[in-house]
Amino acid sequence: MAVTVRIPTPLRKLTAGQEEVKIEGATVTEVLNNLESAHPGIGERLLDEKGGIRKFVNIYVNDEDVRFLENTDTQLKDGDEVSIIPAIAGGR
Amino acid sequence: MDAAPAFIAGMRFRERYASVDDAIADSLLRRVGNTPLVRLRKVAEGVSDRVRVYAKLEGFNPGGSVKDRAALQMVRDAITDGRFSDGKVLLDSTSGNTGIAYAMIGAVLGFPVELCLPRNVSLERKRILRAFGAEIVYTDPMEGSDGAIVKSRELLAENPQRYFKPDQYNNPSNPRAHTLSTAREIIAQTEGAVTHFIASIGTGGTVMGTGAGLKEWNPAVTVLAAEPDNPFHGLEGLKHMDSSIVPGIYHEDRLDGKIPVETEAAYEMTRRLAQEEGILCGQSSGAACVAALELARSLDEGVVVTVFPDRGDKYMTTRVWEFEEDFAK
Repeated sequence: MAVTVRIPTPLRKLTAGQEEVKIEGATVTEVLNNLESAHPGIGERLLDEKGGIRKFVNIYVNDEDVRFLENTDTQLKDGDEVSIIPAIAGGR
Repeated sequence: MDAAPAFIAGMRFRERYASVDDAIADSLLRRVGNTPLVRLRKVAEGVSDRVRVYAKLEGFNPGGSVKDRAALQMVRDAITDGRFSDGKVLLDSTSGNTGIAYAMIGAVLGFPVELCLPRNVSLERKRILRAFGAEIVYTDPMEGSDGAIVKSRELLAENPQRYFKPDQYNNPSNPRAHTLSTAREIIAQTEGAVTHFIASIGTGGTVMGTGAGLKEWNPAVTVLAAEPDNPFHGLEGLKHMDSSIVPGIYHEDRLDGKIPVETEAAYEMTRRLAQEEGILCGQSSGAACVAALELARSLDEGVVVTVFPDRGDKYMTTRVWEFEEDFAK
């Protein structure tokens, strides 16, 4: 099962400039772990030492903030779009 | 009163005043600057007794931030020398505070304001801009503030006659505001005791302009910048220079150094400032404070001055102020 992960500009250095990458995974955690394997260094930008999403990072699954879903346990379907957006001034 | 102006689409202040300076002097805008300087004590643990740390509380400006200074200087200089002529619309890109300053100044002096900003800025920001009567052009959140910069350049290129674009990133009036006001205030408020100045970098206007003014007065003053520790950060309004479009007014070679700040450390300090010092400020103030204290701890003696760019009210829906109960189901 693969989803599309949209990468924000400040992190594209870690994805060789790619704006979107295809990543396998059935949950947000799996996708983020596999994202780190494919693009080393990106994981620590997104997750804290305990494996939680950093406070200032927003992860959206198809335009829905995962914090209002099941957070890192949120289940994903084939073809879902996962977006990483820095939480500058909150809104969306 | 003088004869009625011939132009109908002109700036509204011309109906009453002979010059923009007169209009400013007779309005809320004369209250821009002269902000309080307060000593930080409780958060300054580990700092030598012979080192004092002060913050300029820029949230006391009428528009609520340090950007009132730069915006007013840019508008005033451009109206005075004719770059911002009657009938033009003020256009710029902004992550918020500069836009609020333009919008507030536009309301007072009577000119239209159009702003490009990333769609993910907070609802309060958008509403404040709208409240002052500004028009907003939204850009892709994935592109960050650089996306807004690019969009405003496109709009200007499409319609150069319609707009005056202050371009805070490249306008020398931006740092000049701080050379003329912030630096002089700091010298006066510390009674000439300031030895170190540190400010966070957004456009670089505050650190470059204040730094220039302080060094002109006393070349021995050390001037440093605080910046996010990596390109992907949550410190709104601040730039990680190595990964950003470097502003034309920013000259790193004139700084004595930079101190990197982690987003989480800045958030934590922002909360402490409210709870321990009674200063409700934005996260860029937390970042400036973290860096100022790191600098202060490295000194045996001295007077460190930093700038707290704005108040905290605009950030209440952001992560800095998120409490556990927000997620109770």
